[in-house]
Amino acid sequence: MATAEVKSHDSRWAMMHEAAQGEAQPVNVGPAERFASLLAGGAMALLGLRRGTLGGLTTALVGGSLVYRGATGHCSGYAALGINTARRRSPQAAVGARQGVKVERDITIFREPAALYSFWRNFENLPRVMSHLDSVRCEDPHRSHWIARGPLGRRVEWDAEVINERENELIAWRSLEGSDIDTAGSIHFAPAPGERGTEVKVVLKYDVPAGKAGAAIAWLCGEAPGQQVQEDLRRFKQIMEAGAVPTIEGQPMGRCR
Amino acid sequence: MKAVCWCGAKKVRVEDVPDPKILDPQDIIVKISVTTICGSDLHLYDGYIATMQRGDILGHEIVGEVVETGADVRKINRGDRVVVSSIIGCGRCWHCRNQEFSLCDNSNPNGWLQEKLFNYASAGIFGYSHMFGGYAGAQAEYIRVPFADVGAFRVPDGMNDEQALACSDAFPTGYMGADLCEIKQGDVVAVWGCGPVGQFAVKSAALLGAHKVIAIDNLPARLRMAANVSGAITLDQNEVDVSDALKSLTGGRGPDACIDAVGLESHGSNFAEHAYDRVKQALMLVNDRVAVVRQMIECCRKGGVLAIMGVYSGLVDKFPLGVAMNKGLRLRMGQMHGQKYIPRLFDHWQKGEVDPAFVFSHRLSLDEAPRAYTMFRDKHDDCLKLALRP
Repeated sequence: MATAEVKSHDSRWAMMHEAAQGEAQPVNVGPAERFASLLAGGAMALLGLRRGTLGGLTTALVGGSLVYRGATGHCSGYAALGINTARRRSPQAAVGARQGVKVERDITIFREPAALYSFWRNFENLPRVMSHLDSVRCEDPHRSHWIARGPLGRRVEWDAEVINERENELIAWRSLEGSDIDTAGSIHFAPAPGERGTEVKVVLKYDVPAGKAGAAIAWLCGEAPGQQVQEDLRRFKQIMEAGAVPTIEGQPMGRCR
Repeated sequence: MKAVCWCGAKKVRVEDVPDPKILDPQDIIVKISVTTICGSDLHLYDGYIATMQRGDILGHEIVGEVVETGADVRKINRGDRVVVSSIIGCGRCWHCRNQEFSLCDNSNPNGWLQEKLFNYASAGIFGYSHMFGGYAGAQAEYIRVPFADVGAFRVPDGMNDEQALACSDAFPTGYMGADLCEIKQGDVVAVWGCGPVGQFAVKSAALLGAHKVIAIDNLPARLRMAANVSGAITLDQNEVDVSDALKSLTGGRGPDACIDAVGLESHGSNFAEHAYDRVKQALMLVNDRVAVVRQMIECCRKGGVLAIMGVYSGLVDKFPLGVAMNKGLRLRMGQMHGQKYIPRLFDHWQKGEVDPAFVFSHRLSLDEAPRAYTMFRDKHDDCLKLALRP
């Protein structure tokens, strides 16, 4: 089974690549849902074909695709949305290796790793970088409390602990039990070649609030997690390099009446 | 304050808008003493550049007096007379540190928008669509200048407003075109387009040591100026076959370097080719007309350089890549790096090698901007460049 991943490149390329390699489509629909798809799809196909009109043909086609979904367990709509109802949660990690939404993004910042590491390690700086964070409070060197705005403005809170760190190289964290969100993440700093600064990689995994529906709604509302992380990293770079996030908010504009 | 606003394709209006404010400690506010309309503003005016919004203030060429400075501005003081680069650079990213200011990683607030179209984001530009940051433009009484220590330069004593204004965009664009040609002894440089950027490209190629500069256009007045001001040999594309004429002027070798100072609304000299390009552009099958680049690829000597300074926005058609590849041409291009070139332009002026005001043919008030746009676009009265005073 494939983890639903939101990668830095257009997912269409990944799908084309998969198709080119002739791999079977991964199963991402749960067993109960597959059975329901088969039943409903079969009924729609029969009804649609009996009507014989253009509308009937459409119904039959939709029904047929539902039958396909039920029979193969693969839904390309779910794949595009990063949803998988076929997997189960693992009890050990905050987010299991094969679960949830995973986002990976890279950026090169023209500063030394140490400067970037120390900014990030003080998690209370992060609301300046991550637009969805309202606040982070560090309770001790390893534990912190995070408050964010989730999809559709919903308030989401969690406690996080640092689970791994190497000075100027990496920081990894995960949410603790009892949080509104199951999340784990890491940031990696490596010197870029030829004095180009530091290559920064962020990996985030999480099960979004409101489950898979939340991811779908967030995606529809333009709050795609990959894009959000990309913008967060851009702000991190702008603050560390230019000392400011450039803005045009509050500048004059005509009305053209 | 008064400002020239874009209100849709071929509609500009002078409107009353709020005065700009400091939005970041690295900002300054400049009271504009003179501004102008650039050929690239005509692409916005004609509606060829996406991501304009009704009410956007146009213009990117700035000379004026600093009336307010943010808390973190160090080099520029209130009361300074400055010229500002049209391209905005943060000064501290890897590209800016390598003098590639128009490739700045940080100055475009709408980087995400440009990434959707170009896969990477380039620098912000004043008054030049939201893809380039959506910054309010210079055709106004006041303007906010971000990253002012990087982009604003004190005007040298004795340099007048119009001389300084040319250094904001048109002169550095032409100069960069010549610089990209890496001119060596004996080189012949051909320049397509004798508008303001083309005039400066011709002049700059001469300043940078070209053995011979050939200016190509179809407007006799513009060709005369290139000959008189910069000593260029001129070709009127309505009178001669450009390809044949270039061969005969270079012993059959072709020019060592070719500069495009025309861009996406180019006409070329072949009626059928032009009609084909116009139709495809109108049908939105391509964004840009490329008659000039096609001709440059055809005419350039083997192994020569093409420097593309004319503006292009997206897809082109019938691009003779095979010719360029087999001739081993080097393609150089980009928005200009004003912060790199402006001090050099001051040097050339101080040595008495150039009077950058030579391109200004007309002087109007900012209130007359709508008329100025049509006059400039239609080249009424041999209009080459307008100085607009608020």
